Amino acid sequence: MWTFVHKMGSPPWFYRFATIMIRWLLPTVLLALLAGSVWGLLYAPPDFRQGNSYRIIYIHVPSAVVALAGYYVMAIAGLVSLVWKIKMADTAMRAVAPVGAALTFVALVTGAIWGKPTWGAWWVWDARITSMLILLFLYLGVMALFEAYDDKAAAAKACAVLSLVGTVNIPIIYKSVDWWYSLHQPASIKFTGESAIDATMLYPLLLMIGAFYALFALLVLLNMKAELLQTHRQSAWLRSELR
Amino acid sequence: MYFESAAAVWHMEGHGPYVWAAYGITALVIILMLVMPLLRSRQMSRAIHIEERRRDLAQSRTSEEDHHASEA
Repeated sequence: MWTFVHKMGSPPWFYRFATIMIRWLLPTVLLALLAGSVWGLLYAPPDFRQGNSYRIIYIHVPSAVVALAGYYVMAIAGLVSLVWKIKMADTAMRAVAPVGAALTFVALVTGAIWGKPTWGAWWVWDARITSMLILLFLYLGVMALFEAYDDKAAAAKACAVLSLVGTVNIPIIYKSVDWWYSLHQPASIKFTGESAIDATMLYPLLLMIGAFYALFALLVLLNMKAELLQTHRQSAWLRSELR
Repeated sequence: MYFESAAAVWHMEGHGPYVWAAYGITALVIILMLVMPLLRSRQMSRAIHIEERRRDLAQSRTSEEDHHASEA
């Protein structure tokens, strides 16, 4: 276990690891996304109250779930980078930020589109939606903060601190539908007890959540690989790797 | 399949524009997020290859010059 963690911190090892993972993940992700979308769009039954508009759930919920989980990944990478000063953790933290921002954006936009036929409004200043908007700003903030510094070591430190402080927002997002009176419906899938969603709708949703997790991993690895290519372009190991 | 025709899939009992817009935007974002790092990686590795070739060329030239110098 510790040797694996140790290897993760080595750029040459990680470069090879990412290359292999990307080769497997890319076709898997595309296939799973396609299958899940076709299942959700064409084969799942319509919702008895919302009709067909609910089909947006198959992209809205997965993108939101992974955007939240991704924030923990970024914050943990930030913590590792702060405490142990591991360069790769730094690279990981910065690779997560744009992916998380894109997923949060997708969750917000698909939510707005779903809200129009369901609630009659594109946007409401609801606790869940507002806290998701703050999540988007946190991701964008980490990206912007890194660019704002000339000294990249200081930039990484500032980004790590910001991402750690921002974790306060995550439980707020999770609990927002329970704590405040909200238009947004509470969670339908429960780990314990019966889910409030029928199996014919649940299975494609679970497939899409899995596909979005894999997509997240793929995009982060792609970003990290591109970053390694740039920062280590003078290194002998990279040159021999590319030969 | 739940729908009876392609037109019904497109229309979705009035919810078609919402559903397809949501899926379209999501697909666009995913494609962009995939293509950007791939392009960046390819650009970087191409730059590394060019530099490598230039270095090899310079090296062979200096070794040739050394060879000539030793002959003279």
